[in-house]
Amino acid sequence: MISIWFFIGISLAVNGALITAAGIYQVVNPPADPGVVLFNLHANVWWGAVLLVIGLIYCVKFAPRRHA
Amino acid sequence: MMPALAMLVTTQLVHLSPVDFVIIAFYFALVLAIGFYLRGRANTGEDFFMAGREMTAWVAGLSFLSANLGALELMGWAGSAYQYGILATHWYWIGAIPAMLFLALVMMPFYYISKTHSVPGYLKLRFGEPSRALSAISFAFMTVLMSGVNMFAMAKVMQIVLGWDINFSIWVSSLTVAIYVTLGGLRSAIFNEVLQFFLIWAGALLIPILGLYEAGGWGNLKVQIAQRASEQYVHLWSGLGSFTSNPMGIHWTGIVFGLGSVISMGYWTTDFLVVQRILAAKDIRSAEIAPIIGAGFKMLVPIIVILPGLLGLAVLPVKLVPESVAAVTGGHSYNDVLPLMLARYCGPGLLGLGITALIAGFMSGMAGNVSAFTTVWTYDIYRPLINSQGTDHHYVNMGRWTTVIGVLISVGTAYLVMQFASIMDYVQALFSFFIAPLFGTVLLGMLWKRATGPAGFWGLLCGTLSSIGMWTWVKLDPTALRYVALSPHAKALAQDMYQALWSFVVCVVVTVAVSMVTEPVPDGQLRGLVYGQTDIPSVGDVPLYQKPLFWAGVVVVVFFILNIIFW
Repeated sequence: MISIWFFIGISLAVNGALITAAGIYQVVNPPADPGVVLFNLHANVWWGAVLLVIGLIYCVKFAPRRHA
Repeated sequence: MMPALAMLVTTQLVHLSPVDFVIIAFYFALVLAIGFYLRGRANTGEDFFMAGREMTAWVAGLSFLSANLGALELMGWAGSAYQYGILATHWYWIGAIPAMLFLALVMMPFYYISKTHSVPGYLKLRFGEPSRALSAISFAFMTVLMSGVNMFAMAKVMQIVLGWDINFSIWVSSLTVAIYVTLGGLRSAIFNEVLQFFLIWAGALLIPILGLYEAGGWGNLKVQIAQRASEQYVHLWSGLGSFTSNPMGIHWTGIVFGLGSVISMGYWTTDFLVVQRILAAKDIRSAEIAPIIGAGFKMLVPIIVILPGLLGLAVLPVKLVPESVAAVTGGHSYNDVLPLMLARYCGPGLLGLGITALIAGFMSGMAGNVSAFTTVWTYDIYRPLINSQGTDHHYVNMGRWTTVIGVLISVGTAYLVMQFASIMDYVQALFSFFIAPLFGTVLLGMLWKRATGPAGFWGLLCGTLSSIGMWTWVKLDPTALRYVALSPHAKALAQDMYQALWSFVVCVVVTVAVSMVTEPVPDGQLRGLVYGQTDIPSVGDVPLYQKPLFWAGVVVVVFFILNIIFW
């Protein structure tokens, strides 16, 4: 049976990748009006990266074949 | 923006980008995929209703906590923190931690040893069929109504925050929940609750991090709150010496005896919605340690709920007002503080994750309600009162159909609330009527062997009726608040505390009185059900760091340290 933690890993990894990609796009193409406070910290880049790394760790550690 | 989604949008508090919609769509795809994956693992009654009783302590513990971590709770308590300050934290600390530990160390062994499917099922074993019927019917009725009320409230939030059409929100969320719970039963609901737990932390933790950065740290935040509101907004206990020296209008006795000793005990130890998650644990040690894991994380939840509310007081340029004022002036209400803080710091992607966390919180809360309703209906109402001769397969099918019907009743309730808004207040009040007396009945049942069957029934009934009576009294004559809540200055939350306390007292007094004039239950019939008549199984020969008592001690120490720090 696939572990719940594998599903968690998939969710975090996919969301992290999407958020990081959106953040990098904004770094490369800065919007005229960022619309958020503390835009200069580029939170979506590093927070997305954190989620991506945690998600990948879960995916690898709880991959179905390793737990079969 | 995608054309189909653009049609759903009218006016909104925040604006989503395409990547936000992709994140939301991915969440729906994932929960449905989990439901389809688990459909082959819900063929027996134990699988469908009890998740096979094979959950680890971590899964059961996080699911137990998540069942109470719905979107409305998050937004509502963030709003309460803006309105009342750090006092709202009491609902996460003294209003939860002692009760969770009590469940783990004292009550869970009895629930687990009796192998009951539900809390009403325990009442049947301990007090007989009338107590079970009273408890099961009231729980099933109120759970499904509450689910509908929450569904409407969340659809309304989605309309205000995102501009989504109410009908769209109601039907998409309810159909998704119906599909994945019907397919996978309780296991599917639990998986999605654990997923929701991670999404909520991933989506909400950035707000306090960036908020504290903007405010200049906790010390500066306290100064700013003192300037914009009051110094009492950052103290947990020092203003509770009188009803008038704190923003909530409550006395410490209400917090300690009403909230900490009755309401939270009732909710966390007898509300089947949360207890069901622990009953799915794989062994007695997991069942005991799961609520302790839940308690550990519960102490951290104020970081993503209370802190954003306090930060809103300091950094938001607009002043938030009560819901009734906002409706007239068009301003933002207290309950908008979390979405406003989300929109303040979260750009594309992060905003989608935050909104997904709210949607996940709402949907898993609804799945929790529906799965609990399904179990109580099938095992505590349908089987004993309507058809006791069915096969296991028959009851699983009944569970699947009940899931669909439960969702449809919830949808119907949501539309009823849409037409008659005042119903919402009545349903929420009704639900609170049963909790405190039920705790009294279960507690005496587990700890006092002299409590008899008729006493359990009459105690529960009289406690519930007394709660309804007090609520009606204050509704008809608001000056009665000085008697029910001991002060004319008491606010609604304070009234709830004292109402629960008195109804618990009535339940206990009636149960004791009736027990003394009725025949005692023979000791042989109380084995496995009552303290002193039950051999509590050992958690096994495990190292100290794997013992529930050790971790409960750690939680208690942290609990006291936190309360002293924020005194």
